[in-house]
Amino acid sequence: MQSEKDKSDVQIANSIDPHNWVSKYADYLYTYAISRIDDEELARDLVQETFLAALERMDKFEGRSSENTWLTAILKNKIVDVYRKKSSLSARVTDLLQAEQEQQDFFEPGDGHWKVTHRPRLFGIEDQHPMVNKEFMQILQKCLHRLPGLWLAVFTMKHMEDQPTEAICSELKVTPSNFWVIIHRAKLNLRACLQKNWI
Amino acid sequence: MNKLKKISYNCKQATFLIEKKQITKLTFREKIELRIHLAGCSFCRIFERQSILINHLAHQLFSTAQNAEGKLDENVKKELQNRIEKELKK
Repeated sequence: MQSEKDKSDVQIANSIDPHNWVSKYADYLYTYAISRIDDEELARDLVQETFLAALERMDKFEGRSSENTWLTAILKNKIVDVYRKKSSLSARVTDLLQAEQEQQDFFEPGDGHWKVTHRPRLFGIEDQHPMVNKEFMQILQKCLHRLPGLWLAVFTMKHMEDQPTEAICSELKVTPSNFWVIIHRAKLNLRACLQKNWI
Repeated sequence: MNKLKKISYNCKQATFLIEKKQITKLTFREKIELRIHLAGCSFCRIFERQSILINHLAHQLFSTAQNAEGKLDENVKKELQNRIEKELKK
């Protein structure tokens, strides 16, 4: 069964037809981009760049994957480039410093206990079906985008896309130990931001 | 022994383990450390609950966006199409 299905995939995949790209894939690619970067203009640009890059590389299309998969892979690389660029930019500006500062301040330097002002408090929605609460979701989205670029990239790829840790490390060029530090810091900041803006 | 005690009561380390646990398996020692810590620390118990909730919500946020109707503007699409046709004629 499996092999028959594979064969038919390959047959379909062998064809490539740029004339139909926009009507078949533009919406899908745009949605894919917007769900990862939350910037309409940038998402539109990335879709265009993806098509143009694909045109240039058409001769390298081997038909092993479907047209859709191939185009999505090109777009994905472009999105990772955006993440990288954002993270190298934000490394220079104050938000990273500030976020680190805030995180250091969460705990007492001596024994690592929560500082009194930063102790987690209940949001009061822990027992509700949370998707019901639109306002909370909006704050979550805002807090997510306040994270430094690299942290957002790591968080998104891990918790939203379920990518393997090794893949994230190699794509974003972070060491495994850095990965864990970022995962920890991102969550501390995100949770603190929710507490500050929700309660 | 003093060191183990210190780690077991350290919220910074405990929150780190809470994050790690949601992504990969903890070592036996880490599991014990975290369990001891959580038994005595209500703040980190809240943190854990909220951390799991945040991951869950982020996941939802992402799949909702993923399933949303594509809203690429028709004019943008036309422009894209023209651009592609132009490139193909080169």
